[in-house]
Amino acid sequence: MSIEVKNITKRFGKFTALKNVNLKVPDGELVALLGPSGSGKTTLLRIIAGLEEFEPNQNADILFQGKSVVGNKIAERKVGFVFQHYALFRHLKVLDNIAFGLRVRRGKNRLSRTEIRNRVLELIHLIQLDGLENRYPDQLSGGQRQRVALARALAIEPKFLLLDEPFGALDARVRQNLRRWLRRLHDEIKLTSVFVTHDQEEALELADRVIVMNEGQIEQDGTPAEVFHHPKNAFVMDFLGSVNLFHGRVVSGQVVFDQPPEGKQTQFFVRPHEIELLPDNRDGAGFPATVRRVQLAGSIAKIELTDRNNKEIFVEMSHEKYLLYQFDVTDTVFVVPKKTVVFEEDYSI
Amino acid sequence: MRNVSINWKDRIIPVIFIIISVLFLTLFLVLPLAAVFMEAFRKGVESYCASFKDPYAWSSIRLTLLTAAIAVPMNVVFGIVAAWCIAKFEFWGKNVLITLIDLPFAVSPVIAGLIFVLAFGRQTTLGGWLIDHDIKIIFAVPGIVLATVFVTFPFVARELIPLMQEQGTLEEEAAVSLGANGWDIFWKITLPNIKWGLLYGVILCNARAMGEFGAVSVVSGHIRGETNTMPLYIETLHNGYDAVGAFSVATLLAALALVTLIAKAIVEWKVKRERMIDNS
Amino acid sequence: MKKHSVLPGFGLTFGITLAYLGLIVLLPLSLLILNTASMSFGDFLKAVTSKQVLLSYRLSFGASFLAALINAVFGFLVAWTLVRYKFPGKRFVDAIVDMPFAMPTAVSGIALTAICAKNGWVGSLLEPFGIKIAYAQPGVLVALIFIGLPFVIRTLQPTLEDIDKEVEEAAASLGATKFQTFWYVIMPSVLPALITGFTLAFARALGEYGSVVFISGNLPMKTEITPLLIVMKLEQYDYAGATAIAVVMLAASFVLMFFINLSQWYARRMSNG
Repeated sequence: MSIEVKNITKRFGKFTALKNVNLKVPDGELVALLGPSGSGKTTLLRIIAGLEEFEPNQNADILFQGKSVVGNKIAERKVGFVFQHYALFRHLKVLDNIAFGLRVRRGKNRLSRTEIRNRVLELIHLIQLDGLENRYPDQLSGGQRQRVALARALAIEPKFLLLDEPFGALDARVRQNLRRWLRRLHDEIKLTSVFVTHDQEEALELADRVIVMNEGQIEQDGTPAEVFHHPKNAFVMDFLGSVNLFHGRVVSGQVVFDQPPEGKQTQFFVRPHEIELLPDNRDGAGFPATVRRVQLAGSIAKIELTDRNNKEIFVEMSHEKYLLYQFDVTDTVFVVPKKTVVFEEDYSI
Repeated sequence: MRNVSINWKDRIIPVIFIIISVLFLTLFLVLPLAAVFMEAFRKGVESYCASFKDPYAWSSIRLTLLTAAIAVPMNVVFGIVAAWCIAKFEFWGKNVLITLIDLPFAVSPVIAGLIFVLAFGRQTTLGGWLIDHDIKIIFAVPGIVLATVFVTFPFVARELIPLMQEQGTLEEEAAVSLGANGWDIFWKITLPNIKWGLLYGVILCNARAMGEFGAVSVVSGHIRGETNTMPLYIETLHNGYDAVGAFSVATLLAALALVTLIAKAIVEWKVKRERMIDNS
Repeated sequence: MKKHSVLPGFGLTFGITLAYLGLIVLLPLSLLILNTASMSFGDFLKAVTSKQVLLSYRLSFGASFLAALINAVFGFLVAWTLVRYKFPGKRFVDAIVDMPFAMPTAVSGIALTAICAKNGWVGSLLEPFGIKIAYAQPGVLVALIFIGLPFVIRTLQPTLEDIDKEVEEAAASLGATKFQTFWYVIMPSVLPALITGFTLAFARALGEYGSVVFISGNLPMKTEITPLLIVMKLEQYDYAGATAIAVVMLAASFVLMFFINLSQWYARRMSNG
């Protein structure tokens, strides 16, 4: 089931959380809303769910599979919502938590006791918590609680799933495992899902599409590869990974990095792995810098340098490449940006 | 249309709740308070002032102040000591100790008075011996003080224990590691952290000490000018159909109650603000 | 006995606490038991089951229970209002809830009497209907409602504040109506606090003396509460009789206190396992 958001604006007092947001989530996709805190991503998710109202406007609309749901209460929208802190019912066992949505159902859609029990046990099996159905939430680990919250949301057979910072409260290792598990689950049940995160790695790894948000607006909407390799602006580039900012001029098709900067300057963005370090300025395209720290643990070598103006530069390279010159702290080397990106507007990091 | 009806329902329930709450509290709390002042001034300011010309009124005020001046400091010291012991250390039987400290709350004030009559009354061996040596406890000031101490026993400790437990022991342990002794730790680390809670505990303890009726009534003997505290004096006047007199003295205690409520509001506001500063 | 700690003063503070507690509270209280033990069982039984005493139990327990019940209902309403809604004067309303704690019982006693008497603000309104509050059993109820009013509100408030907004939203997202959310999600998590508040109000009402004796009029066999009988026996120098009744009251208090501890323990277990 697809979701469409049209011209949505939301204010909290004087603060504008969302500025005329438009968005389309295609059927069956797993979409990440990525942005720093205060970018409006959680507000957008809550508006889609019906937990929050938006500013009335005749062009504003929210459509599920082409049908407007404005005015429908959250209960009528049939969305599965997984809360940031899970919001499990503390006084109910795992089984009763998951069954809650089925038990409060009234009218002809009400299921019998055995039907409910079978559905719940099926879900417990799906989230791999067999045998723990009689535990209380506080007898579960963080990762287990997260999965119960997910199963509880799935129990009402929602049209789609909304997850608010689903891995925010978990530690690094559990987060990794659960991330992969969620991706496999999504591939299995093919339920349209939107999740909110501030972690770019999580968004890039897990989602089919990434929607980057900043200050209440959508900066870019695309596949993980698109947003990473072809960022639309400086914010997206900076938010999706570490980046170096250089000042320079373009002189007859060639970038010149003045040290110190002179005249009209242009900003160049360079990712740490798109920089080469050389012991001498053989092409004349580089500028000198001093090595401050070399970090060799991990899959790549990370080198921190400072230029003549004491500005920090971060460089990443393979261990093989590092072994070629084996720079050491206090060595002076030449920095050669290999692939620079220029954006129209000015930006500072 | 349906949307409008939802909003209407959502708005009407809070209004109903607020109206019922305010009516209930007005009926049971505001009316009695207003009545105290209305009745005191029913016959004008002059007869209000005249109530305080009676020397018995003054002796009851003096006795009440004296009782509070002894009972409150005793229980403040105890409260701090007990809270330190309970909040800063882990030991076996701690919950039993907390329950025992709460015990006077569970005992009827009348029983609180009774136990001191049983201990020091004329009919007991100890009481007989004391009377032979001309030491009066029951139907005298020491009995009133003892009963008051018993009744107000838990107030300060009760206020401080949760507060100090919440603060934990990290800051104190840091002070030990920097070479501070116990006295320094208490005055420079612990006390500044609990000062507002302590202040409220003292005010509450004082209000109860000055206002205690049941326990004091049992041990006092109601001797006018000697063992009548303000609440007992109010009873004496009330029973003598001197309504203006009774309510005039009552205004002083009601004012004390109001001061207590205001102090509580201020302390809560201070604690909240300090917490907000800590968090930001 | 004690876990290791680098902080000084355990021995000293523990010693002082125990000594003071023993001297002021435990020793005098134990005299009550000691005095009862010196009575024969027959005398004891006779003292605590005379007609006058039995009638006072009925009034004391009945009125206290009813007052606590009324306080539970209205206390829940007030606590809910104070936690959930914003309205002008809310801070004042919140502050005044503690008045029964701060107001001396004798003052509340004469004030309630003045209001409920035939010529009082409330009493004069009810007089034409033949309803009598002051110097009758309803007066006892009024005083006990007043005295127990803050307990339910103050125990419920923090629990209601603790309820995670997300939990209610979760219930709504799963299709629960407002009433279902209230009944299946909110109620179970505040029930222990509600029971604790009710029991505290009940226990306090049971022992109350000061505010009741003014409004009840102390009519023999009609509006005599049990604590009043203890005082009356003492005035007649019937120490044994007073002690016997006191022991019954104390036992009731202890049972209630045990119950309170139990419900608090249950509440703690619910909140953090």
